Amino acid sequence: MSIAHFVASGMGGIRAAGDLVARMEFDQRMKIDEAKDYVAKKLGVTAFDLSDECKLREVREEQGLGVITGVPGTPRGIAAKMNIEDLLGIKINCCENFRNYAKR
Amino acid sequence: MKSMSEYCTRNGDGSTLYQNKEQMMQDIRDGTADAADMAGVRELNANEIDHLFEIISSKRRVVGVERGREVVLSYDVGQLDMAGDNGNSGGGIASSRLNGALVHERTLCADTFELAHTDYSIKPVKPVIANEMNDMENIQNNLTIPYFYGAMPNMGLYYAPDGPYGNPADLMREFKIEEAQQEAEKSAVHLARDIEYVSTRVYKAGADGFNFDTTASAGDADFVGTLHGVEKLRAQCPNAYILLGMAGENVMGIHGEIEYDGQVVAGLFPQEQVVLAEKAGADVFGPVANTNTGKSLAWNLARAVTFVRGCADVSNLPLHVNMGMGVGGIPMAETPPLDAVTRCSTAMVEIAKVDGI
Repeated sequence: MSIAHFVASGMGGIRAAGDLVARMEFDQRMKIDEAKDYVAKKLGVTAFDLSDECKLREVREEQGLGVITGVPGTPRGIAAKMNIEDLLGIKINCCENFRNYAKR
Repeated sequence: MKSMSEYCTRNGDGSTLYQNKEQMMQDIRDGTADAADMAGVRELNANEIDHLFEIISSKRRVVGVERGREVVLSYDVGQLDMAGDNGNSGGGIASSRLNGALVHERTLCADTFELAHTDYSIKPVKPVIANEMNDMENIQNNLTIPYFYGAMPNMGLYYAPDGPYGNPADLMREFKIEEAQQEAEKSAVHLARDIEYVSTRVYKAGADGFNFDTTASAGDADFVGTLHGVEKLRAQCPNAYILLGMAGENVMGIHGEIEYDGQVVAGLFPQEQVVLAEKAGADVFGPVANTNTGKSLAWNLARAVTFVRGCADVSNLPLHVNMGMGVGGIPMAETPPLDAVTRCSTAMVEIAKVDGI
């Protein structure tokens, strides 16, 4: 089921920019076109590019946003999410917890 | 193989069906008319009907949206679709919850994901809340995509013989109507209290938010209890991501008179449900249209798209339409066919104008 929906209409998660668009839908209640425009502007790409794996693979690695393949030395998980906070201008709950736990 | 003038499509139970153009178009017209009549929304117009026919009648096995029109995907049952049994359409793969989440992020291209208890209901989470908080903290350190906690309100678990309150179905059979209503009201209060307990704790453990899945499965009091639970979560965790998805296109009036914010909720359709979801504090709403196994894919999909388009026309919130087995036009089958799923997915994005699935 997950594969069928991704093939038909999905943005691809961290394969492209689906997670970033999802954050703006939930964080700011943006509808899909507004969320895509917002993320595209922040990334310096077009809204059309946001589901393009070739384009976003490089953009994500350059900006430290987490990539779908196992690249040693690149941020993932909580580190990537801290970079996503800065990119999108939002706070992410688990990153706030992490900073509190680390007393930073 | 039938003649070239016929299209290979599906029944609502997933079995193969051959229809000619006239049969398929008639089913689309009947399906949209049925939804419009039930919900009081507009029927699909001629262009939308032609577009839907084009999607359903494609000779291709897989159909997809035009490039650039992709949407966000959210999920129910979390890692249980890997580790669970067939009750959750799970694959029975022995794996940790962390592995389940990582596989969805890095193999299945999920835009969001969620942690789920095996019973996928609010009530049984309470005794194991510390375990759920522990796993949430651990998984959030590793995952990049938004990660929710998900559960069904499932108010049926609060009624006898499973819970402390009288069962309205049994009481109504004995013509104890007022007592049945009172038991449902008490259950709704209890449900809201449990939602507050579970959802605020998993949020404190780092969850991005909460997915209320299959809301109102136990009827109108279940919907009211959930809305009050959403209010409590929103009040205590103002930045939580809240997704509220429904159980059906119509709220069953098992109580019949229970209200939320002065509104009787029994009988509400998606374009009315979403207004209350927004009032309670949800960020994203999940409309549902149930599949009729005795009708064709064309009839079911036209009907589902009409309900959801009617909701999209009025909604201030982004919509993530429910598109699992037996909802959103998808056949009611444990293994829904790829051709049917991709057609339904495409139609919901391109015609119903949803923001996610």
